[in-house]
Amino acid sequence: MKNRLLWPLLALVALLLLNLVVTPSFFSLRVQDGHLYGGLVDVLKNGAPTLLIALGMTLVIATRGIDLSVGAVAAIAGAVACVHIGTSDSAGTAIVGMVLALALCALLGLWNGFLVAGLGIQPIIATLVLMTAGRGVAMLVTEGQIVTVNNTAYKQVGAGFVVLPTAILIALLVLGVVAFVTRRTALGMLIEAVGVNPEASRLAGVRSRTIIWTVYVFAAVCAGIAGLMISSNVSAADANNAGLWIEMDAILAVVIGGTSLAGGRYSLTGTLLGALIIQTLTTTVYTIGVAPEVTLVFKAVVVIAVCLVQAPKARAALSFRKVAVPS
Amino acid sequence: MTESPPPVVEMRGISLAFPGVKALQDVDFRLFPGEVHALMGENGAGKSTLIKTLTGVHRPDSGQVSLAGEDVAFSSPGEAQQAGISTVYQEVNLCANLSVAENILLGREPRKLGGIDFPAMRTRAAEVLARIGVHIDPGSSLGEHPIAVQQLVAIARAIAVDCRVLVLDEPTSSLDAGEVAELFRIMRVLRDEGVAILFVSHFLDQVYEISDRMTVLRNGALVGEHLTADVDRRTLIAQMIGRDLGALEAIEDAAEKHQVEGPVLVRAEGLGKRGAIEPFDLDIRSGEVVGLAGLLGSGRTELARLLFGADRADSGTLLVDGKPVKLRGPRSAIAAGIAFSSEDRKGEGLVADLSIRDNLVLAMQAARGWTRPLPRRTKDQLVEKYLKALDIRPANPDALVRTLSGGNQQKVLLARWLVTEPRLLILDEPTRGIDIGAKAQIQQLVTTLAAEGTAVLFISAELEEVVRIADRIVVLRDRRKIAELDGSTGVDEVVELIAGGAAPEPEKVVS
Amino acid sequence: MTALSQRVPSRFLPVIATVVLFVLAFGAGSARYDGFASGQVIANLFIDNAFLIVLAAGMTFVILSGGIDLSVGSVVALSTMVTAAGLRAGWPVPLVVLAVLLIGSTLGLLMGIVIHKFDIQPFIVTLAGMFLARGLCFLISVESVSIKNSTFRDVATAAIELPGGVTITYNVVIALVVVAVAVYVLHRTRFGRTVYAVGGNESSALLMGLPTARTKVGVYVISGFCSALAGLLFSLYMLSGYGLHAVGMELDAIAAVVIGGTLLAGGVGYVLGGVVGVLVLGTIQTLISFQGTLSSWWTKIVIGVLLLVFIAVQRTMVRR
Repeated sequence: MKNRLLWPLLALVALLLLNLVVTPSFFSLRVQDGHLYGGLVDVLKNGAPTLLIALGMTLVIATRGIDLSVGAVAAIAGAVACVHIGTSDSAGTAIVGMVLALALCALLGLWNGFLVAGLGIQPIIATLVLMTAGRGVAMLVTEGQIVTVNNTAYKQVGAGFVVLPTAILIALLVLGVVAFVTRRTALGMLIEAVGVNPEASRLAGVRSRTIIWTVYVFAAVCAGIAGLMISSNVSAADANNAGLWIEMDAILAVVIGGTSLAGGRYSLTGTLLGALIIQTLTTTVYTIGVAPEVTLVFKAVVVIAVCLVQAPKARAALSFRKVAVPS
Repeated sequence: MTESPPPVVEMRGISLAFPGVKALQDVDFRLFPGEVHALMGENGAGKSTLIKTLTGVHRPDSGQVSLAGEDVAFSSPGEAQQAGISTVYQEVNLCANLSVAENILLGREPRKLGGIDFPAMRTRAAEVLARIGVHIDPGSSLGEHPIAVQQLVAIARAIAVDCRVLVLDEPTSSLDAGEVAELFRIMRVLRDEGVAILFVSHFLDQVYEISDRMTVLRNGALVGEHLTADVDRRTLIAQMIGRDLGALEAIEDAAEKHQVEGPVLVRAEGLGKRGAIEPFDLDIRSGEVVGLAGLLGSGRTELARLLFGADRADSGTLLVDGKPVKLRGPRSAIAAGIAFSSEDRKGEGLVADLSIRDNLVLAMQAARGWTRPLPRRTKDQLVEKYLKALDIRPANPDALVRTLSGGNQQKVLLARWLVTEPRLLILDEPTRGIDIGAKAQIQQLVTTLAAEGTAVLFISAELEEVVRIADRIVVLRDRRKIAELDGSTGVDEVVELIAGGAAPEPEKVVS
Repeated sequence: MTALSQRVPSRFLPVIATVVLFVLAFGAGSARYDGFASGQVIANLFIDNAFLIVLAAGMTFVILSGGIDLSVGSVVALSTMVTAAGLRAGWPVPLVVLAVLLIGSTLGLLMGIVIHKFDIQPFIVTLAGMFLARGLCFLISVESVSIKNSTFRDVATAAIELPGGVTITYNVVIALVVVAVAVYVLHRTRFGRTVYAVGGNESSALLMGLPTARTKVGVYVISGFCSALAGLLFSLYMLSGYGLHAVGMELDAIAAVVIGGTLLAGGVGYVLGGVVGVLVLGTIQTLISFQGTLSSWWTKIVIGVLLLVFIAVQRTMVRR
C-alpha cells in the first residue's frame, strides 16, 4: 500500500514545488471577510468535482467496472436543479431541486447497474449508452438553452464559503463518508473480493450483483453532486459543456492513485492524491503561462507514465534487465 | 511394437519448477514414429507441463529435448509447429468466427495476386478433411459445427502441415461414444502413415483401446513406461493414484472407522446434470465422512458442485433434514449449512489479493450482508482461533493470501468454511499439491470434525487417502456412481472397481 | 452456440437489422416529407458523413480485433490543425497530406506498441492518445485557423455530377475507395483474416501460430491512418483547422460501428455494416432537421437508444 502511494505523492510534491518556484506566493494563505484564499485553496476547490466523481469511480473500478456516463449524469443533475429553480430565490426551491436532481441520478445509476449486473453487459459498453444519450437528456431538460439561475442558497453549493469554499467541504465530507462506510461496514471488503475474484466470491456466497448495483448507484450520485457543484459555481446549467471529459479525468485520477483498472484493491487516499495531481497539473500549466488547453498533453504524458510504472509487463521488463546483468 | 526405429521425440532429464511447485523432476520420455503413446497421470502429475515443454510453451530448467535425433529448443508453439509437432488441445483452440477452411489453413493459405485464393483454399481444405474422412463444407463457419466436428477440424489443421508428431491433449473429454470411435479411426489412419501420436485421456477404456505404449507420471516424476499390452488396469491405477508410501500412517489410528447411524442430513434423490453427472442417490449423515473415489473426469467435482448449488441440477431433488431444498445458488446452500471448498484454490477459492483475515471471514460476512459487519473483536477472535487451530503460517492476519504456500492457502480456505460452522463440509481435493505435513494436518482435522458431528464429503485423487479417512466410499466412473462401499474396504478392492474389471452394477440407477 | 448458429445467416442478422433500420428510417422520412426521397438527399448523407465513414472503417478494424480506439476524434482535430497550419505556412499540398497521414499513422503505431508490448488496456492507452492529440492541436494554435489555399478550396468545392443531376464531392469518392480497400484487406488478405481470428479468440490465434502481435499493432496503425485521412476530409468539409473540431466524434464512430452490427467483443462484423451504421446516424439527423420542430438533442438520445437496442441484441446472440 505505502509503495503504491509513494509515486503519486512524489509527483504531487514535485508539482507543488514547481508552482512554488514559478509563483512564490503559491503557498501563502490569506483571510478576507472570514474566507480563506490562496493557491492551495484554489487547487482544492477546482478539483472538488473531479475528486467527487473519482471517488465513485474508484469503487466502480474496484469491481472491475468502469462508468463512462458520469459526465453526462453531472450535466443532467445541473440541468434538473437549474430548471426546477428557475427564477426563484428561495432556499426551499433550491433544496427540492437538488434532491430531485440527486434522486434522478440515483435512478440513472440503477439503470447502469441493471445493464452491468442484471444483463451482464460489459461495463464500458453499458455506460457508453448513457454517456451518449445522457447529454441529449440534459439538453432535453434545458431545452437546449443555457439555463441561468440567481438563487443564493443554490450558489452556496459551488461558490459559497464556510471559511473554506463549500465545494471543498462537501467533497471532503463525501470522502469521509465513503471511507467510513467502506471501512466500518463490510462493503469495502466485499467490493474488493468481487473485483479480485468474482467466481470465488460467488462460491463464498457473496451477493455480487447487489454490490455492483450499489457502486453504480453511488457513482451516479457522486456525479450528481459534482454536477450540482459545477452548475452552482457558475449559476447556470450548460448541458453541452458541464462535466465534459470529467469522466476521463476521474478515471485518470483513480488510475494515478494506484487502483488497477483490472479491479480489486482500491485506495481512496490514492484517488485523492490522483485528483489533486490532475488539478495541480492544470493549475501549474496555467501559472507557467502555457495555454490551458495544452494541459491535455501533460495529462497524456502522466497517464502513460503512470500506466507504464504500474503495468506488470513493463515492470517485468525492467526487473528482468536488473536480474539479467549479474547472472 | 518392435523397438527397431529410433524415437522421433526423446526428452531426457526434464525438470521444470514454477514458483513453489516442482512441476517436473528429471522426467524421461520417448515417442516412436507410428505409435499411439498415452501419457497417464492424475491432475498435477505433470502431463500438461510435459506436453507444453515439448510444444515450446515452456522452456525446461534442465534436460534436453531432441526431435529426430537433433537437439531442439523451441521458444514458441509456432516454432514447434514448423518443426512438425502439432497440438490439439482439450478445448478447441480455433476461431469459431472463421470458416472451416480458414481454421485449417490460415497462416499458410494459398495466395493469388497478394490476396487469399479462396477457391484454392477451400479445395485444399477439403483434401485435408477427406484425408481424415470428414466431409463438411469448408466454406461453412466453424461455430456452426458441434464441438466434436470442431475437434476434427483442429486435427485437420494439425496435419495440414507436414506433421511428424501429433499431440492430442484430452481430445475426447467432450465427445460421445460415436464421436470417439470416429476420432480413433482417424488416429489409426495417421498412425499407419507413420505419425507419432501423443494421446492424453483420463478414460482408461479409451487408453487401452487405442494406445500402443504409455508413460505414467505422478507428482511431476516418471513412474514408468510400458507397452500397453503389458500392463493391466490395476497396476496402472495403482501407479497413478495408489500407494503413497511412507507417509501418513499416523492418521490410520486416529481415523477409526465406524458405521455412523443417525439421521440423514443431506439426501440426494436422482440428482443429476446432463453432461456432468448422471442422476445419483446419496445419503450423508451427520458425523460421517463420505469419500468420493474415481479417476479424474469421473464426475467427482461435478457431483460436489450439484450438492452445493454451484451448478444447477436438471433432475432430481436434494433434501436437507428430510425436507426438499431448492438450491438456486451457493447462497441457498450456505444457508442450509452446506460448505464447499473447491479443488481450484486460486480460481474458485481464495481471493488472492486480500488478507488472511478477509479471506477467513468472507463467507460468514457474505451471509450476514454488507450492512452488518462482523465486529472487530469477534473477527480477531475468530482469526486468532483458526490461525492457531489450523497452524496457518505466517500467523499474521494481514498477510496477503497470495504470498502463502499452497498448504497454508488450503488451510485458509478450510478455515473460511469452518467459521460458518457448516453441517456438511464438501472438500474437493483439499490435499492436492500441498506438502506432506499440511496434508496430515488436514486429514486429522477432517477426522476431528466428523467426531464433533459435522458431515464431510471428502474428494481426493489419492485413493489411499480416501480409503484411510472415509467411513463410507462412493465410487464413480465415467460420470456415474457405480458403487457404495463401507470404510473397511481396501485400496485394492476400490482400484478393482474403478478399473471396471468386476464392477458390480450400480445398485440404483435412476434415469 | 448451436441453436441460432445452425442457421447460416445468424452472423448476418445484425447487419440485416441495420439495413432494415436504415430502409425504415429513410422510408418514414420519404413518406412524411416532400423532397426527402431524392437522390440528392442520399448523396448528401454521404457528403456530410464522408469523414465518419472513413473513421468507422478504421474503427471496425480495431473493434474486430477486440480493442477500442478513443483517440480518433482528437486525431481528426489534430489533422485539421496540421493541414491548416501547414498550408498557412505555405507548404505544398502533397507535403501537407503526407505529413498528416504520417502523423496519424505514427500515433496509431505508438499506441499499438504500448498496448501490445506492455499489455495495458486499449481503453486507457487510446484515452492518453486522445488527450495527447487534442493537446498537440492547441500547441499549434489555440484559435481556429482557416484554410485559404486555392487548390484545397477547389477540391473542397468541386462537385462531381452523377446521372440524374445528383452531385457528390471528392470526399465521397475517397471515402468509398477507403471502404472498398478496407473490405478487400479484411476479407481477402491474411492480415484481415488474422484480425478476425485475434478478435474471435486471441489465445487460439496465438496457438494457431498466427502473427497476433503484428496484427494487434497493425489495427491501430490502420485506425490512426484512417483518422488522419478523415481529418483531411474534415478539413475539406470545414475549410479550417481547430482544436475543438470533432469533439466526441470517436463516440459517433463507435456508435456507427456497433449499430452496424460489429460485436464490441471482437471477431464479428463487417465494414459495410459500419457504413450503413453511419448512414443510419445521418438519416436520423436529416429526419430531425426535416421535421423542424424536433431539436438536435433528440439525435443523441435516439443514438443512445439505438446503441442500447443493438447491444441488447448482441448480448442475446452471444449468450445464445
